[in-house]
Amino acid sequence: MLRFIIRRLLQMVGVVLVLSLLLFMWLRNLPGGPVSAMLGERATPETRAALEKALGMDQPIWVQYWKFISRAVRGDFGPSSAVLPGRDAFQIFLDRFPATIELSALAITIAIVLGIPLGYIAARRAGSLVDNASVIWSLIGVAVPVFFLAFLLKYVFAIRLHWLPVSGRQSTDLDATRITGFFILDGILTREWDAAWDAFLHLILPAMALATIPFAVIFRITRAAVLDVLDEDYVRTAESKGLLTRTIRSRHVLRNAMLPVVTTIGLQIGGLLAGAVLTEKVFALGGIGDTLAMAFERRDFAVLQVLILAATIIFVVVNLLVDIAYAVIDPRVRTR
Amino acid sequence: MTIRKAAPLAIAASLALTMGACAQSDRDSSGKSGDSAGSGNKDTFTFGAAGAPEVFDPFFATDGETFRVTRQMMEGLVGVKAGSAEIEPELAEKWEPSADGKEWTFTLREGVKFTDGEAFNAAAVCANFERMYTQNETALAGPAEYWAGNMGGSKDKPDESLYSGCEAKDDKTAVIKLTSATSKFPAMLSLDSFSMQSPKALKDGNANDVKAQGEAFIYPDYAKNPVGTGPYKLEKYDEANKTVTLVANDDYWGEKAKTKKIIFKIIPDESTRRQELQAGSIDGYDLPNPVDWSGLESEGNKVEVRPAFNILYVGLNPEKNPKLKDLKVRKALYMALNRDQLVKTQLPEGASVATNFIPKTVTGFNSSVKAVAYNPNEAKKLLQEAGAENLELNFAYPSEVSRPYMPNPQKIYDALKEDLSKVGVKVTTTTKPWNGGYLDGVDNGAFDAWLLGWTGDYDAADNFLGYHFSNLASNDFHTKVTDYGKTLSDDLKKADATVDEAERTAMYEKINQQVIEDYLPVLPLTHSPPAIVVSKNVEGLVVSPLTAEEFSTVTVKK
Repeated sequence: MLRFIIRRLLQMVGVVLVLSLLLFMWLRNLPGGPVSAMLGERATPETRAALEKALGMDQPIWVQYWKFISRAVRGDFGPSSAVLPGRDAFQIFLDRFPATIELSALAITIAIVLGIPLGYIAARRAGSLVDNASVIWSLIGVAVPVFFLAFLLKYVFAIRLHWLPVSGRQSTDLDATRITGFFILDGILTREWDAAWDAFLHLILPAMALATIPFAVIFRITRAAVLDVLDEDYVRTAESKGLLTRTIRSRHVLRNAMLPVVTTIGLQIGGLLAGAVLTEKVFALGGIGDTLAMAFERRDFAVLQVLILAATIIFVVVNLLVDIAYAVIDPRVRTR
Repeated sequence: MTIRKAAPLAIAASLALTMGACAQSDRDSSGKSGDSAGSGNKDTFTFGAAGAPEVFDPFFATDGETFRVTRQMMEGLVGVKAGSAEIEPELAEKWEPSADGKEWTFTLREGVKFTDGEAFNAAAVCANFERMYTQNETALAGPAEYWAGNMGGSKDKPDESLYSGCEAKDDKTAVIKLTSATSKFPAMLSLDSFSMQSPKALKDGNANDVKAQGEAFIYPDYAKNPVGTGPYKLEKYDEANKTVTLVANDDYWGEKAKTKKIIFKIIPDESTRRQELQAGSIDGYDLPNPVDWSGLESEGNKVEVRPAFNILYVGLNPEKNPKLKDLKVRKALYMALNRDQLVKTQLPEGASVATNFIPKTVTGFNSSVKAVAYNPNEAKKLLQEAGAENLELNFAYPSEVSRPYMPNPQKIYDALKEDLSKVGVKVTTTTKPWNGGYLDGVDNGAFDAWLLGWTGDYDAADNFLGYHFSNLASNDFHTKVTDYGKTLSDDLKKADATVDEAERTAMYEKINQQVIEDYLPVLPLTHSPPAIVVSKNVEGLVVSPLTAEEFSTVTVKK
């Protein structure tokens, strides 16, 4: 197992190195760039040339890459040009990551807590009203675009009912203390309960919006998996042995049905970042997602490089964790 | 639960408790904001900003979101009269040029202090100008863009510089020396970038230490916490929660701020800003989409439309498409464009057809110039006369952008393209993202014609005309290949260097007439007024054509 993990981590280093080169070249071959972002209408051929020279962009691309990589191995990914000009790009990642984690964690929790039980119930009562209603709900979840859903949620719960805030991570008048950057955790640690509660309220709508697709997928996979397992001989055997229904459900049905579900959850966590780009933007959350969108729009190369490489690493690590979880649930994997 | 299972839980719980013990709340005991001492007004004005400030030192800033914040904290020698583009005394009470226009004597306001307690006097003025003048090459090429654009060079390149020195005659008299006369002075001193900052703080914070790394600049710590003389000062920038908080400066020399705090809440998405206003969690935001104006008003908000201080034009490149060298062809294109229709159908209320390249709020505007009338038949005739009846035009517009002078580029473009097709011009459409090939394309001469505009920085015709056409060797309109390019450039330089105001104004009026009637280096289309929206509870906001509102007069009813 340990050798397996080490091998996978080594592979990751290779992937990241190759990706860094490709990414570096790709970004610099995109039309537009930091110079246009900085100068806008003020750009003239002269000011453009002067700025390119000042930024070293007139040098050959391999010189630029060498400068980048030799700093990057020392942990210096360079300053941001547009997201927070002058700020270290890696620091921006660290500062904005907590918002994305909070959002993703709540979203995936909602998706799991609703998706698995509903999937299970729907499978047990296949064809019933509960089953049909859940299937339709999950279809809507996949089909409705996130920005529309976000708009709808905000309109109902924030603007009409005033139950929840429209956007942001915390109310502007709270003056909360920051320690870890995880606002809910910070509120708990400092016993600023109102701040923690306020941050939680701010997360509900975006998490609901972000959770729709993972919920729908988890629900459908659970339902299908449970249906499959219920048909298996060992379930029938267990039933005929007279085992308690509770035991059959937890030890035989759910445990076996969970294998594809866990894989799915892993993939969904990896895919959350894609959904987070839009969700964070329309809810002004200031996480990795909307930073990525802004960095791309303004061609902030340093920030883009850090965020994309970090996202890759996270994706690979999550997949590794899923494989480990797989081994824990299914002993057959371990022996292979 | 077995002990084995309970152990990690116990460890986690004890860790959390230990951390909790270390984690001190550094909350202000006054905590939440409330009312302004029983006045019936809130003590906070919350404004939805479209972006975070780039840096807090306005000298190194170039964007409106930054200036909106620094403007509340900083003042210049010269200010702008509320609600207009006219300059007025601010930290200087008056100024007087020498006969040759190269020496300007500023008499300073007395009793002014920076928010760090340092005195504002002539020595401070000179320290500021020396600081701005002493830029390294890196800063001059990028962040010190306003200085480079208006003053030319730095101490290392004195022959390119307009500024040559500053002398503190006595505490309240500062003399600023220039290498040549220019119409832009002293109006340019009203730019936020040239605000006066505490010399001590500038020096202690090593304010000029700008470096380049990668494709970006690294700024000194001073840029995070600048010190000015304005009615507000920076309280904090909460990056994680994306809010900037300003608090009233109790020692302000003028009328004190009416609302104790301003919070800028950064909300990049426009429809989210609108929803925040609907929900009552912000009190206003800038540049509401014109299609939302009536909706916002029907919800009880105040949509304040500013006088237009911009121009939308079709740029032309006669070097790329030599047919455009012929005035008849340029005139024909101009006549083919139905600008009245454009104003009525594609632009916000209050927009107007451009008759000059500059809006009428700018000194030098020539009201006797009539708009070239829409006349497709005459246009066809002119094209025929010029032998360009089959004119092909690579005409570009930007995507992924909305500017105050051009709220919806694509719709404007479609209307223009249709007009051109009607007179037989074969238009090839090119569209590129604003920062994804469009701006580079314009500067690199990739298009025959393109849609672009300009928002003025201050009241000076040179800031419109000079900025676009003075530099003959290198401008986007390639006027160097035309027969009028040199005359236009020379005339603009001459007008700019004319000291006598009446004489200068007359020169600009003439140039404005020539630009429309004889040159047409671009086809000026329209001026569009940008709006700002505040809730019905907000009072005292005076809007500015320069979009340079000062919030110290604003109150928010509970």
